[in-house]
Amino acid sequence: MIKQDDITFVARESLKRSGLVLSVDKGYLLESRLAPLARDEGYPSIEALISSARRDNSDRLLWAITEALATHETFFFRDNTPFDLFKNEILPVLSRSRGSVGKLRVWCGACSSGQEPYSLAMILEEERARLNGLQVEIVATDMAPRILEKAKSGVYSQFEVQRGLPIQRLISHFEQNGDQWRIKPNIRQMVTFKRQNLLENFGALGQFDVIFCRNVLIYFDTEAKKQVLTNLARQTANDGYLIMGAAETVVGLSKQYAPVEGRRGLYLRNDGPPSARKKFAAA
Amino acid sequence: MKTCLVVDDSRVIRKVARKIIEELEFECVEAADGSEALTACRTKMPDAVLLDWNMPIMNGLDFVKALRQEEAGDKPVVVFCTTENDMAHITEALRAGADEYVMKPFDGEIIASKFVQTGLLRAS
Repeated sequence: MIKQDDITFVARESLKRSGLVLSVDKGYLLESRLAPLARDEGYPSIEALISSARRDNSDRLLWAITEALATHETFFFRDNTPFDLFKNEILPVLSRSRGSVGKLRVWCGACSSGQEPYSLAMILEEERARLNGLQVEIVATDMAPRILEKAKSGVYSQFEVQRGLPIQRLISHFEQNGDQWRIKPNIRQMVTFKRQNLLENFGALGQFDVIFCRNVLIYFDTEAKKQVLTNLARQTANDGYLIMGAAETVVGLSKQYAPVEGRRGLYLRNDGPPSARKKFAAA
Repeated sequence: MKTCLVVDDSRVIRKVARKIIEELEFECVEAADGSEALTACRTKMPDAVLLDWNMPIMNGLDFVKALRQEEAGDKPVVVFCTTENDMAHITEALRAGADEYVMKPFDGEIIASKFVQTGLLRAS
């Protein structure tokens, strides 16, 4: 058993670095997630890992702990609805307003091992003929370097490619290498991966037409949620979209965004043009 | 209640699959090879077929080809569930008329996700 004192320490350091709230009763979570790290770092136990981090106040080790504690759960086309929304409602509107000379910019915040940005890239590839030459850039970020490396590689296990991915898309967009499946270069090249902590300044990423930030803020405390939403609004194009998880909301957290009626998880900027909102018929 | 025909020559696999499928609120019928499965379909066409590839008497590929020739045989959603996990087999199965493909080993989540994709189940 990890000492309560150690749990409190780890929770505090992790909150400070990532905004992730670790409830202190989750000792089992700590054990299952830190055991592999302790082993990789050459410590005989989790206790030894934590006490070393405490003694040396090692920023590197504390970051590694923070990263290990984050939830990386994701799969292809997770929840379906946001992807249908992107394909059937957002893309047609934006491809008209941006035209063939324009460029569409999409951002996946906290992309984990890459399934979300690659799902969007597959849709874009399939819709290419209807996009009239519109250029699309997908930027995918995560705070955790290890998981980003996996995302960049585009290599997935047999188990991972069977969660959410229809077989037709597996055939069209992947190459097989033994029991591993690698996403094809044309899809991989559509996504640019970068390390970005959502609590730090991300102004340098530029403005986006569509921001996917799903199932991230649920792990943050209220203050961090407000801060991230304020910053996200700054990076959202005037007529751009924010897409959050089905169980998430901006209500009470952001004055910059307002939900689109009948489209769960979809938000527009409050100060955007009314025409952006009009495009959504009542569901 | 929708019905699913589970076709596998392994009694253990059928039992595991049945448990998963019944949890998804399907009525489950079993067959030990393609020929038994075809007989079952002629008695009552199921909504879904979970289908192994390698079986004695009639294999899964021959079954799906035969099924698609039957009256109303185009109706069931056919999901292969097999250890054959290479691109060539997958392509051949889809060409023969299968709708989805599960590579063993499988679990409840994978089956549920394939059932949602093929419209057998609503997304939760």
